[in-house]
Amino acid sequence: MNSVAQYFSDIFKAIRSLWKGLMVTGYYFVHPKQIVTQQYPENRKTLEMFDRFKGEVILVHDTDNTHKCNGCGICQLNCPNGSIEIITDSAVNEDGKSERIIDKHIYHLSMCTFCGLCVKSCPSNALAFSQEFEHAVFDRQKLTKVLNQPGSKIKKEPKVPKPAPAPAPTPVTEEVPNPAN
Amino acid sequence: MQEVELQDILTAREDGDYIINIGPQHPSTHGVLRFVVSLKGETLEYVIPHCGYIHRGIEKMCERLTYPQIIHLTDRMDYLSAHMNNEAVSLAVEKGLGIEVPDRVKYIRTILSELQRLASHQLWWAAFGMDLGGLTCFFYGLRDREKILDIFEESFGSRLLHSYICPGGLMNDIHPNFQKRTKDFITYFRKKLPEYDELLTGNIIFEQRTKNIGILSKEEAVGYGLTGPSGRGSGFACDIRKRFPYSAYDKVNFKEILYNEGDTWARYKVRMDEMWESMRIIEQLIDNIPEGDFTAKMKPIIRLPEGEYHQRVETARGELGVYIISTGEKNPYRMHFRTPNFSNLFVMNRLAAGFKIADLIAISGSLDLVIPDIDR
Amino acid sequence: MPFNIYDFSTTTKAVDEFLKANMSPTWAFITELTIVGLVFLIFYAIVGLYLVYAERKVCAFMQNRVGPNRVGKWGLFQTIADLIKLLMKELITIKKADKLLYNVAPFIVIIASFMAIAAIPFAKGLHAVDFNIGVFYMMAVSSIGVVGILIAGWSSNSKYSLIGAMRSGAQVVSYELSVGLALVSVVIFSGSMQLSTIVESQANGWWIFKGHLPAIVAFFMFLIASTAEINRGPFDLAEAESELTAGFHTEYSGIKFAFFFLSEFMNMFIVASLAATVFLGGWMPLHIGNLEAFNRIMDFIPPIFWYFGKTIFVIYLIMWFKWTFPRLRIDQLLNLEWKYLLPINLVNTLLIAFLVLMGWYFK
Repeated sequence: MNSVAQYFSDIFKAIRSLWKGLMVTGYYFVHPKQIVTQQYPENRKTLEMFDRFKGEVILVHDTDNTHKCNGCGICQLNCPNGSIEIITDSAVNEDGKSERIIDKHIYHLSMCTFCGLCVKSCPSNALAFSQEFEHAVFDRQKLTKVLNQPGSKIKKEPKVPKPAPAPAPTPVTEEVPNPAN
Repeated sequence: MQEVELQDILTAREDGDYIINIGPQHPSTHGVLRFVVSLKGETLEYVIPHCGYIHRGIEKMCERLTYPQIIHLTDRMDYLSAHMNNEAVSLAVEKGLGIEVPDRVKYIRTILSELQRLASHQLWWAAFGMDLGGLTCFFYGLRDREKILDIFEESFGSRLLHSYICPGGLMNDIHPNFQKRTKDFITYFRKKLPEYDELLTGNIIFEQRTKNIGILSKEEAVGYGLTGPSGRGSGFACDIRKRFPYSAYDKVNFKEILYNEGDTWARYKVRMDEMWESMRIIEQLIDNIPEGDFTAKMKPIIRLPEGEYHQRVETARGELGVYIISTGEKNPYRMHFRTPNFSNLFVMNRLAAGFKIADLIAISGSLDLVIPDIDR
Repeated sequence: MPFNIYDFSTTTKAVDEFLKANMSPTWAFITELTIVGLVFLIFYAIVGLYLVYAERKVCAFMQNRVGPNRVGKWGLFQTIADLIKLLMKELITIKKADKLLYNVAPFIVIIASFMAIAAIPFAKGLHAVDFNIGVFYMMAVSSIGVVGILIAGWSSNSKYSLIGAMRSGAQVVSYELSVGLALVSVVIFSGSMQLSTIVESQANGWWIFKGHLPAIVAFFMFLIASTAEINRGPFDLAEAESELTAGFHTEYSGIKFAFFFLSEFMNMFIVASLAATVFLGGWMPLHIGNLEAFNRIMDFIPPIFWYFGKTIFVIYLIMWFKWTFPRLRIDQLLNLEWKYLLPINLVNTLLIAFLVLMGWYFK
């Protein structure tokens, strides 16, 4: 008799446990407001990435087309997989001395792993991350970018004391047109 | 069911055996893992795991990188415990340099590890439900994981591969919203976690699918080096957080979840209970993050003194050991990772032989394998 | 042409008379067959496609998603786009597969489900054939499908397919018993195997209400057993995508795969409509005792809507089960049938026979 009671109590327990599960899915079925899907291409206009989002590395340019990069090459040294190449040139400055300037700051987006070491190690705070994330292209060549805009110059600043040892990446405040495209 | 050595199996294989390849492309191996399975009807005779399909030579690559650069490779081993992997290398390097990181860093590291553990267990729950055929679980798990990923993204810009914890501290300070968002998430998830139980844990079909399936005794768990939730499901008290506390784990009060059954159900329950414990740990720390620097004073180029260094941490899947041999250069002479999944994988034959095909999927799901972590 | 939405027999009679007046009886017969065939073919395609769409939407809402929403308004044409894609795909034939059986299998499966539609009474006077053994015919026809599945699994020359087919064989053979016994309970109640008679016997109340607890038990037994018989989750062991990738149709592609897929959904429709017909009164409106005004209002809703409403309700139940429960293991599946469903069903049938004998049910 005991086993018969066991048999039926098993059945009722089973039905109760199944009913609990059904209530969970049933609840969401009748509550479409709980839907969490973001409709991506439609919400492109309103979509805002977090300001620390690591989209791609950029060289921050001011409105007068100046940047802070002096071509020291520390980012190139720190990059673990060789996605940054610095080509320097020399120019004569106002004092009449020959000075190292940057010719091309080449960035291979296809190799970048977004570890953030270049941005962190840059002594003159010239690099930053942009929030651009739509990187799909039809030609791999397009992923190799020259970060300094044509005709851009190094920013002349009054002599500042040494920058902080590990500056936080500054959030980008302005939209920078992409020089490579 | 007698135990068969893998070598015996390989030699004893006959032409008449009904052998099936599960993987490398198979929906429930969660990556490029391959099981060679011999069947008698529906019953498994033996299971031979084959790994190495996603071997990238991370240990060898580490030998030519500096210590800060190594961090970004460790993300890519067990991508679901990225913070813990970063932390392991950072702790090993800090141990070698003999520096003490600020308390703020310790607290933040602990919180991040626990958030990562929550995210990892959510994904595991989602995938485990899907392995057993309950597809709805997958979406509920991912829905809640998304909230954690948003917290991560706001603070350090990436969702999966963070490279955030670095030798000496953190890459940058946490976002001002971090604490508020984390607390919001905990209140949200405390409401959602019982739903997981209603949908799957209490379900009679699920119970029958997992109870008394793939039983492993404590001795065998120790013998196979099974760590993490899978080991604790067999009663092996192997929680590094408790046994060898690092970061801020000695300051928090939490329970080491132990189940003695050793079956798939026990491994499942360990992870479910760990989610509650993780939330408890975060709640204890989140309001008490001390002020201070987010990094210790470090030299620009890190050179470890000559010697050998070892550090272990508890990732979401078990014990991760980092072993560094340094010759005093800025890059390691030899780097070795003792990854939890590698040890956990090779218990498959012991667990699954004698059960059905469907149980193989349940057992491999309960071990929570991440394939890039096995192959490195 | 007379058209009455409450009684389609006038329309069909008018068509019959029109054809007979214009051509010889043989040709009239052939034309009628062709018309019926075409109508069912179109019906089959539309219902199949929209069931796929419905399933995707239902599961999406249960999973906090929006589901297909790109092709057409609310993604209404999504499945049609999918069908066009499947039509254009290459038909891959496996080396060393049994060519004849491999090609025939999808047709067997789809023909079996096609034949079953013929006997369903959609509304008053709207069914193709009204056998006096309708219930028996449905049972017989629906079990042909498993032959197709077995052939598909065997002829694919793939180990995954073979396991899937063997599982399916064991499953369908055992669950057929429960389906049969659950249907027998209503046959005992109504005293007929003819589907139209069963429907008419429910004019004053559906069997699920009239038959007390035993009828409710029989309804749920039928629901569970038939879900298993049509290989749907949580009993979808024959395909079990997390174990066997796709089970018996692993090696099929293009339109042959579409046949398996479509017939699976149509089987669900057939099972649901059979459940609606036998237990929920088919096209009969809901009548409650002596509430004349209420009954009048219910009568105003055309039978075809009643029929489809009930069918959709049962289909929703089946989908709800699938998207909530994890899958069973093969031995548990057989345990469930032989240890629980079958004994309960036998006792239930006995009980119903006793109830009918004593007349202890609402007449």
